[in-house]
Amino acid sequence: MTTAITIKPASTDVANLPVLEICNLAVGYRGNEGFQRVVHDVSLRVRPGEVVALVGESGSGKTTTAQAVIGLLAENGRLEAGAVRLNGTDIAGWSQKRLDAIRGSKISLIPQDPTSSLNPVKTIGAQVAEVLQIHRQGNRAEIDARVIELLTRVGLSQPELRARQYPHELSGGMRQRVLIAIAVALRPALIIADEPTSALDVTVQKRILDLIDELRGEYGTAVLLVTHDLGVAADRSNHIVVLKGGRIQEQGPTAEVLASPRSEYTRKLLADAPSLGKTRSVPRSVSPRIGERDDAIVVENLVQDFIVGSRRDVFRAVDGVSFTVQRGTTHAIVGESGSGKTTTARSIVGFQKPTAGRILVDGIDVTNLRGENLRRFRRTIQLVYQNPFASLDPRQTIFQIVEEPLLNFDPLPREDRARKVQAILDRVGLPPSALTRRPHALSGGQRQRVAIARALVLDPQVLVLDEAVSALDVTVQAQILALLDELQQSLGLTYLFISHDLAVVRQISDTVSVLHDGRQVDSGRVEDVFQRPGSAYTRELIGAIPGQRNLNPHLFS
Amino acid sequence: MTGLNTIGRSLLRDDAEIPASASKASRHAPSGARWLKAVRGIQPGLVLSWSVMAVVVLWALFPQWFTSYSATVGVARQQLRAPSAEHWLGTDALGRDLLARIIYGAGNSLSGALVAVGVGLVVGTTLGIVAGSARGRIDGAIMRGVDVLLSIPQLLLSLSIVILLGFGIVNAAIAVGITSIASFARLARSEVVRVRASDYVEAAFGSGGTFGRVLLRHILPNSLTSVIAFAALQLGWAILTISTLGFLGYGAPPPTPEWGLLIAEGRNYLARAWWLTTVPGIVVIVVVLSANRISQSFGKARA
Repeated sequence: MTTAITIKPASTDVANLPVLEICNLAVGYRGNEGFQRVVHDVSLRVRPGEVVALVGESGSGKTTTAQAVIGLLAENGRLEAGAVRLNGTDIAGWSQKRLDAIRGSKISLIPQDPTSSLNPVKTIGAQVAEVLQIHRQGNRAEIDARVIELLTRVGLSQPELRARQYPHELSGGMRQRVLIAIAVALRPALIIADEPTSALDVTVQKRILDLIDELRGEYGTAVLLVTHDLGVAADRSNHIVVLKGGRIQEQGPTAEVLASPRSEYTRKLLADAPSLGKTRSVPRSVSPRIGERDDAIVVENLVQDFIVGSRRDVFRAVDGVSFTVQRGTTHAIVGESGSGKTTTARSIVGFQKPTAGRILVDGIDVTNLRGENLRRFRRTIQLVYQNPFASLDPRQTIFQIVEEPLLNFDPLPREDRARKVQAILDRVGLPPSALTRRPHALSGGQRQRVAIARALVLDPQVLVLDEAVSALDVTVQAQILALLDELQQSLGLTYLFISHDLAVVRQISDTVSVLHDGRQVDSGRVEDVFQRPGSAYTRELIGAIPGQRNLNPHLFS
Repeated sequence: MTGLNTIGRSLLRDDAEIPASASKASRHAPSGARWLKAVRGIQPGLVLSWSVMAVVVLWALFPQWFTSYSATVGVARQQLRAPSAEHWLGTDALGRDLLARIIYGAGNSLSGALVAVGVGLVVGTTLGIVAGSARGRIDGAIMRGVDVLLSIPQLLLSLSIVILLGFGIVNAAIAVGITSIASFARLARSEVVRVRASDYVEAAFGSGGTFGRVLLRHILPNSLTSVIAFAALQLGWAILTISTLGFLGYGAPPPTPEWGLLIAEGRNYLARAWWLTTVPGIVVIVVVLSANRISQSFGKARA
């Protein structure tokens, strides 16, 4: 399962003059509380044809560094010190007008979010043509021809048709290809790719990264790859720069950094990254007993239709999904966006009535519940949401948030409630001082702990985790996964773990269902599915997990 | 390049990288610095707006503190005097002191505006909340009714209502209030729908919350802030509309001092006594602007 493109080391004769050289860069932002420096003393070089990965968690200053290079800092940002040399010329102090002349032609950007990066009211062709027009590349007919050529080059089918289409008619992966076409249109010496695939599904991510690799080989362009994903960096870069808190922790050739990290922080990042071929870290204390069936969740032939549009068209989001989850184990539902995994979860929790099929949770048939019975049933199963910024009421204190489920059932005296809330917060590792705070005063990881505490305060049997760790940084993600594991061991919880991330799934679950377009294409014990995938789609998914190239090659051989 | 430039700018902005710990710094700052910061944080426009409102409210509550003249009884041989030390803003055709009439008029105009906003706020918001939380047919019925209200020009609607209810300051206020029901209902509904779709409301239902409880605990507190900001904005608008009705003769009957009526009466003497229309007009404009500024600050506090 090795990927097709291997990275050639940059040839040594042209390597003398770096395309980009950043020396002692310092950047700060002016906020309500005065000026705050967020990038300190960053120095790095990108040689021709080389990929340098800028790795760090959110808030590490990686995007700010990239913005400073291309002169696109936010209004309140300022480049305070240091030099940014592009082919030897210092562009750090250049005006926007002067930078306009080189942006697009010498240095270009592949932005992060393909859904919001294209102008919705202009055609694809017009948007690719724009960069050519600005830099005066020939007359109209020549530009049109070049646009088609570029769209073909980035692997879009039917380029003539695509050029006439609008962004909303294209998928996320196709839009990202268009953005790449814009970035490479003038064959710049340097491309800054700011999390170019973070918003994409894993199989699409692989294709896009392959494309960037290919174009880089063809045009000899250097790439500064900004990413939070150590797996992507490990696969795709020659050189890694690890940032934390705006300072460089470590930099060096990728293989060296991965094999023998020098800084404590890099070691921690490597240990926490799920994508690097780890299996379940903690051995199960309760091994699934054969013969003695005690199923917490039984799903049989689940079908979920939605009516779309005014013509009452039926869209089948989930089509005949069946699985059982034994008490005290973790079952994962894996799939890409649109595969029906969240729909399945919402039916199981009782937020929608399935079109057909049967769902038993703790022996209760969910599909027939309504009114008061449904409300009572909610004590049995709780849902933890993906985005801890949206799932907590911003106006309530942490105490109120965690207390609320208790108020909905058999009222306890005030002191008992307070004691219970404190105990559960302690259980999920939050300090008592958090009780009086509001969600905005907590970090993402802390908020997710609050969400887990709220879900657990009713002592449910089953916890449904809908992409519950996807929005978190790897180190925080590792902490939350450890917490979940610990809670499962001590409380005997059953987890239904919804995720797009196979690496995380492999790490924490016992059994797995792989969904594709609403159908279950694979299921069984995690190790079986990973070792002997039953469908081509599962094989493709596993092959697309980043981080397999430079680490643990034996695992996927 | 500007196109790509702006696209790039909006894209690259990653709020997470802008220091979030900034607020922590202020908590540890010495008290002197905090005081200095508080002083620097004062917005003069907002302070001025609140002062204007305070003065007008005091006028409405205790008019006798501000003037010794009567608002309704004129002084003989003092007709149409220009502003002077004796009559700061001059007198009208019946020899009544204009300042006194403006001060006494504050009570009528302000209470009218409060009644109008109150009617709109209570009725409109209730309709909006019911529509937004019930959805389905009830939503359709309420919102189509609101659309009908919206489709009639506001002034025409309030005039018709005044004619139905009879002339008078309270009826004019109610008429103005009814015309604002539609806007309140639309705003409240959209806010309720937005909050209802949020994860925390679903989580509240998911943890066994009943409809009423979730409504009270989550939906109302999170959707009412912008409604309140809108109510402050409507206050200025209501003063203006009630003045318009007064000007057209549908509001308070003379000799009641009311700002719209003052402007209307002064119109007859525009050539000889410009201050009779100009000064009440300026007062209305200043009060409306202050109400808008205050409403804006509510809106900001929410964001």
